[in-house]
Formats: sequence, structure tokens, C-alpha cells
Amino acid sequence: MRWSTVDELIEYGPFLAEGFLENIKLSLVGFVVSMVLGTILVIMRVSPTPVLRAAGTIYVNVVRNTPLTLVLAFSALGLSDTLGLAFSDVPRTNSFWVVALGLSAYTAAFVCEALRAGINTVPMGQAEAARAIGLTFMQTLMLIVLPQAFRVVIAPLGSVVIAMIKNTTVATAGGYLADAAANMKEVFDTTGASIPIFLGIVVAFMAVTLPIGFLTGWLARRLAVAR
Amino acid sequence: MSTSVLFDAPGPRARVRNHLLTVVSILLVAAVLWFIYTGFDAKNQWEGKIWEPFLQATTWTDFVIPGLLGTLRAAGAAAVLALVFGAVFGLARLSDHKWIRVPAGAVVETFRAIPLLLLIFFIFYLFPTVFGGGDYAFISVVLGLMLYNGSVLAEVVRAGVRSIPKGQSEAAYAIGMRKNQVMRLVLLPQAVTAMMPAIVSQLVVLLKDTALGYIIAYVDLLNMGFKILPAAFFGSLIPAAIVIGIIYVGLNMALSALATWLERRSRRSRKSIVPPIAPPGPAAVGMGTGTPGAGALEGME
Repeated sequence: MRWSTVDELIEYGPFLAEGFLENIKLSLVGFVVSMVLGTILVIMRVSPTPVLRAAGTIYVNVVRNTPLTLVLAFSALGLSDTLGLAFSDVPRTNSFWVVALGLSAYTAAFVCEALRAGINTVPMGQAEAARAIGLTFMQTLMLIVLPQAFRVVIAPLGSVVIAMIKNTTVATAGGYLADAAANMKEVFDTTGASIPIFLGIVVAFMAVTLPIGFLTGWLARRLAVAR
Repeated sequence: MSTSVLFDAPGPRARVRNHLLTVVSILLVAAVLWFIYTGFDAKNQWEGKIWEPFLQATTWTDFVIPGLLGTLRAAGAAAVLALVFGAVFGLARLSDHKWIRVPAGAVVETFRAIPLLLLIFFIFYLFPTVFGGGDYAFISVVLGLMLYNGSVLAEVVRAGVRSIPKGQSEAAYAIGMRKNQVMRLVLLPQAVTAMMPAIVSQLVVLLKDTALGYIIAYVDLLNMGFKILPAAFFGSLIPAAIVIGIIYVGLNMALSALATWLERRSRRSRKSIVPPIAPPGPAAVGMGTGTPGAGALEGME
């Protein structure tokens, strides 16, 4: 076993940290885009238009049952390489956006399901009252139902975000070979498996995910809808 | 709340608006499909030549089915090991002895927090240095899946046993049962019914995650579809990706349907007095079971 090699962690530390920063960047883009997409999807899924409802349902069910590795590999090899979908001329920047959007498209399905569960907890009287004072569907949703639904599902959304942060390591499958997992693999290629390096990256991930868990837990309690 | 209360029964004007929206959304969906179709068409992806391999029996027997078997073998081995791991550590966390409970809790919480791919990479590189050369792709995938999903299942087991009302074990102790009898004869039979749906949805996650083996070149369905098949039949990447995508979605949907069916069944069941528990979140978030939306996470990792 290679406990004796703590200096390897120090030697490769900056390289690994650089990779970890890419995971953070992917997470930030993924968070914003998947929240927006997820909200649009949930509006589609509860809308009065059957076609939109069906489209939303099919999207969520297909994406939820597809491995993320397949989504990212398809985005990279299929959409980007074969179809020539390009976000940038620089290959590295291009694959960053391919992975970020693939990750967001995947996560959005889970955001949508969390929000839908939240909508289901809002008492019927809320929507009935909104309709009674003449609000339209979009007004009912935006002003009355969704704000309450979001507050109810803060903790599950936190879990979705944590899962997404852990999922950024799959970026390798999408051809983005600059994140912590890819860099760890590169270092292991020269040093062999190193326990300090592995633990270092794991601790870095925990340092991000655990506070998010506690923060969303705290927010969920603080913002809970009193009923 | 049923979602239909979000809007009134449509009157004449709303009906017109709805029809209009329907037409617009059909056009939108059609436009997206058309965009994909023409995009593929422009790159000659609908040519018979590159789809033809999938009409030949040998493509299926030489590539797709061996790949599928690779995926199922890894998933099967990992599922059995993860169930054992989960049962052992879940029960260990419920132990009355602190020296068992605390280390088991530490193991479970740690493996739930580690990104699975990092774990698989680490095992993949660790084994050759410990056991010498050889092909460790299968072992790495199975062990990684076992440790991660086993830890999640341990939480399921713990939540399942704890969801049984205290009166059950108190009554069992009162009639003179031992600790192991209480667990074996009273708590577990009821807990298993409540746990079943969460266990099956975790197995869907496990099946999906076998695809991570692609990254360390384990020959599974994904590897066959994205690397080996396109290499054998030039230009067949997109058709292969679509075919194996359908297989993955079909497999997982069948398993998910089983989970839903089990959940409905155990809700009706009179074997257990508790409703089915929701699957736990991916990390130590302190999210109790029964939190609305906890089930939305099913299958995320």
C-alpha cells in the first residue's frame, strides 16, 4: 500500500485542484440550466395542453431511465462529433459546453420530478382560491403554487444538486478530460494508485457536498410552509 | 393536489386558446424532431448502409447480446453483493453496541458521499499494485457498485426497520423474545415489505451505473455500442447508439414498472402496518424518509 507517498499529493495537488475547479464550474452551469429546464418541464407536465403534458412526460421518463454515461457519450460522439454541433472552435471549450448541457438535460428530469412532488403537496384550496379570484393558469402557477412547491422541496432539490455535483466526474465519458476524475486517472497512470491523492479528492468533494446538504436542510426547515 | 385543479374546465374562449396552444406545441415538437431528422439526414445518418448491420443476426449474436450479457453480469453480481452489504451494514447501524454502530455508520456515510466513478477508478488502479497484473475492469465495476449501492441499501434497511412502530418490538420483548428473535420474526418481515419498492428502484440505479464501466473499458452494452460496433461497421455510431439506448431505456423502464407495481402492492398489503419508505438521498443530508419529493431522486446516480 502506498501510504508513504503523501508528498505525491503535495506534488500533484495543484494539478488535481485545477481539475476539481472544472467540476465546480460544470456544477455551477449545470445548477442554473437544470433548474430553469426543470421548471419549464414541470410547467409542461401540469399544463392544460395535452401535447405539452405528453412531451414532458416522455422526456422525463426516457431521460430518467438512461445512464448518464450514455447521455454524455452520445452528446460528445453523436451530437458533437458526428452532427457537428459546436459551441466553440476551441475543442476544450466546446466539450465543456457539450458536457455541461448534457449534464443539465439529464438533471432537469430529476428537478422536474422533485418539483412535481412539491406541487402535489400544495393544498387544493390554494389553486381553487386562485382560480376563484380569476387568475389564469400561468398566474396560478407562478404566483401561488410554484413558490409554495419550491419551499417544500428544498431538501430534495439539495439532494438532486449534490448528486449532480458527484455526477460531474462522469465528464470523462463526454470527452472532457480536464476534471478531477480525469486528472486523478492521469496521475495514477504515472504514480499508480495513491491513497492520499484519492482521499484528497474525496475530501474536496465532501467539502462541497456536505455544506450544501446542511444548508438546504436548514433552509428547508426555515422556509417550511406552515400549515 | 391533483394537477387538474390548476385550471378551470375550459369555456369557449379557453377552448380556442387551448386548441391554439395545442397546434403551436405540436408544431414546436415537430420542429425539434424535424431539426434532429434533417441534421442526421445531412450527415447521411439514415442511409440503409449503416443501419443494415442491425438487420443481420450476427451483429446481434456477436456484439449486442454479448454486450448486454456483460452489463447484466456486472449488474447481477453487484446487486447480490450490494444486497448482502446493505443488509449487514444496515443492521449493524441499528446495533445496540456503540462499537458496531459507529464504525458501520462511518463506512456507510463515506461510501455514499464518494463519487462512484472515482471509487471505480481507485479500485481499478489499486488492484494491479496489490495483486499484480491482470484485467480488473469487471471486479472494479462490481466492487464500486457494491460499495456505493450497498451503502444506500444499508440506509434503506435502517429506515425500513425504524419505520416499524415501537409497539411492535415492545410487544415482542414483552412476550419474552430475544433481541435476534424480535428482529428476525417481528421487525424484518414487516420492514422488507416496506423496503421492497426502494430496493428495486436502487437496483435500477445500479443497472444504470454499470454503464460507468465504459470509461474503464469494461466490455458492456455501452462499450459495444460506442466503441466496438462502430469500429467493426464504419459509420454506424449513431444507429448503434440509438439501438443500445432503446435497450437501456426498455430494461430500466421494466424494472421501474416493477418498483411501482411493488409499491402499490405493498401499500395495499396487510403484512406490514407501515407504508413503503422513500429511497434516501445521495448523501448525508439528514433528509428524513417521507419528505415530499424524496422519491424524485430515484435513479439519479
